Amino acid sequence: MTKKVFWGVLAAASAVAGFASADTLDDVKARGKLICGTSTGLAGFSAPDANGRYEGFDVAYCRALAGAIFGDPEAVDFKPLTTTNRFSALSAGEVDVLARNTTWTLTRDVDLKNTFIGVNYYDGQGFMVPKELGVTSARELDGATVCIQTGTTTELNLADFFRANNISYEPVPIETNAEAQQQYLAGACDVYTTDASGLAATRASFEAPGDHVILPEIISKEPLGPLVRQGDDHWADIASWTLNALIAAEELGVTSANIDELSESTENPEIARLLGTEGNLGEMLGLSQDWAANAIKAEGNYGEIFEKYIGEGTPIGLARGLNAQWTEGGLLYAPPFR
Amino acid sequence: MEVKPYVRTAMLDGKPAPVTSSGPAGWLKKNLFDGPWNTAATLVALVVVFLLLSHLLPWVFQSVWNAENLAECREIIDATWGPEHSGACWAVIHDRYLQLIYGFYPWDFLWRPNLTFAMMLVAIAPVLFTQLPRKMLIFSCLFPFIGAWLLWGGSIWQPVMVLAGFGIGAAAFRYLAKVNRILSIAAAIVLPVIWWVFVMETVVHGLHAVIPLGLEPVQSNQFGGFMVSIIIGLTAITCSLPLGIMLALGRQTELFIVRTFSVGFIEFIRGVPLITLLFVASTLLNYFMPPGTNFDLIVRVIIMATLFSSAYIAEVVRGGLAALPKGQYEAADSLGLDYWQAQQLIIMPQALKIAIPGIVSTFIGLFKDTTLVSIIGILDPIGLSNAIRADSAWNGIYWELFAFIGFVFFIFCFSMSRYSMYLERKLNTGHR
Repeated sequence: MTKKVFWGVLAAASAVAGFASADTLDDVKARGKLICGTSTGLAGFSAPDANGRYEGFDVAYCRALAGAIFGDPEAVDFKPLTTTNRFSALSAGEVDVLARNTTWTLTRDVDLKNTFIGVNYYDGQGFMVPKELGVTSARELDGATVCIQTGTTTELNLADFFRANNISYEPVPIETNAEAQQQYLAGACDVYTTDASGLAATRASFEAPGDHVILPEIISKEPLGPLVRQGDDHWADIASWTLNALIAAEELGVTSANIDELSESTENPEIARLLGTEGNLGEMLGLSQDWAANAIKAEGNYGEIFEKYIGEGTPIGLARGLNAQWTEGGLLYAPPFR
Repeated sequence: MEVKPYVRTAMLDGKPAPVTSSGPAGWLKKNLFDGPWNTAATLVALVVVFLLLSHLLPWVFQSVWNAENLAECREIIDATWGPEHSGACWAVIHDRYLQLIYGFYPWDFLWRPNLTFAMMLVAIAPVLFTQLPRKMLIFSCLFPFIGAWLLWGGSIWQPVMVLAGFGIGAAAFRYLAKVNRILSIAAAIVLPVIWWVFVMETVVHGLHAVIPLGLEPVQSNQFGGFMVSIIIGLTAITCSLPLGIMLALGRQTELFIVRTFSVGFIEFIRGVPLITLLFVASTLLNYFMPPGTNFDLIVRVIIMATLFSSAYIAEVVRGGLAALPKGQYEAADSLGLDYWQAQQLIIMPQALKIAIPGIVSTFIGLFKDTTLVSIIGILDPIGLSNAIRADSAWNGIYWELFAFIGFVFFIFCFSMSRYSMYLERKLNTGHR
């Protein structure tokens, strides 16, 4: 009896939940603010500065989304989430969108009932070793001790890689990236493995970065992207086309510097459609006509955001690599705006 | 032969003790160099202390306090003390200490947490030191409402109307007590709840529309740093003591339902790690509440921490109760005191005195356990240390942040422990 009541209440609660969150855009507009789930701190991707303002590559996407919806990139609250509570916070409706360097996998997309709305950073797992070890390839790491963060996809990739190459390793499980840096520098492990972007950021923070090398092998695909709850396609469309707008803007040469000029007059019909001076794309999304222009004005186009937070001019110093436009040998390919 | 007795008529002056057993030399001999084994142990300990300090002190003191980022810190250290020296980069603390204390609380409103903290000291003073005037306790009772209003802001009518609920309960109890005792108790519980849940919201809105007094609201997600640790720790400490005493009494009572509930609650809570309860607070509770309800995460965590430590307090207090001789209970009965009078006048004062060290160590443990909230994404000092490291200016900083956080926690916990020793000395009326 009590059990039945319990499940009944649970079902009723989830029915209410499904009903109320049927249109996230309306909820967000009624609230007047977007709530964006972000990392509690990952160099270059999201971190609060000395004044408590969040900055970073993932954060910039949320500002662009707030710009697209409200025309005001500051109409967003950030909720720091850990690897353990990020998905439950999204599914319970605590956040509207999760931009937290999350790898797109089938399980997370299907089984955890999320919708990944695209990829904002193509990452891959790499290895860092001290130069004095003289190792030049990950295949020479037989018997090495490896520092690895627990509970992430990197742990599983590592096991796969070593098994496929028929070599052995000894894992040193650690919890956070900061701890990993200490363990690695103290010599507790020969190798540190995590996403290549994280390795670059870690190495840049060392006192003598030149004493450490990042091995050429990238052993996994880690497409990192923002995600939303499954079941609200309209909201997923808005989130996904905002990301596409940032990517397309770079491809079309629309930057935060020339966007006002281009909004006035442009020869290129696709730019005109993107910026809302022609056609009614914004109306179709349920947003204002200049939604994409507002998204781009927030922190610039994809390339500008990349250079500002993680590009070669920053301490993290990542090259564009796979994250270049398709026209320049990368994987970024926004569908056409028409 | 006549024996002439010798009688000394004047008192001799005392002679100073020999050099080997008095003064610094005597102390050294007695405590440090008493025999070959002790001498050897002393020498080994001195070497260890010297080695530790010779590494630690240069790191702590030959350090940098003013720099923009870690790289600059390293340059300054290299330039001043040479490339071999490794010194601390306290500049990160200098840059972020406000954040470590207040989190992201709006800078313009820092006077609010500061004032709350000052008022908190005033509010707990009469509880801690009985010499102070008892009238100050009135302020202590009002403080939770004033403090919450100052921290979270919003309309002033909110805390006033919450207080009014207690007033309604008290009034109902007083006037209905003449009619019927049970009815008055029921009314004193039910009426305030009805007031808080159904009526208060409307009244607050109405009053606020007429007299809009209030402070700028501050969201919970802007709270962080030591402020969060102190809010969670102190609220949980204050609420868990009465709750724990109730549970301890409930466990000893002969009322079957009350006893079963108390035993079940205590054993369940003690059987579950705090981190599990925090996960329940942060994730599971959301699924049971209608969407859109914004049940504050910090409040949820405070509730869980209170429940957690009340179970431990209950067991500590039960230990105190068990240590009392049975004669004390019988004496209370023979004086004709009823249950509550006996508890209040005879049992609890003695039982709590015995339980002080246990209670205080539970509190110290609870205060330190508040750092676990970093795992559910609340930016307490530990959570903030992670966020600060993610700033590219300070990426690579490690021990400095932990050293600072540990230092501040030490100050708090050490004061609590000293206070408990003071209290024990004061209450040591020596009947054993």
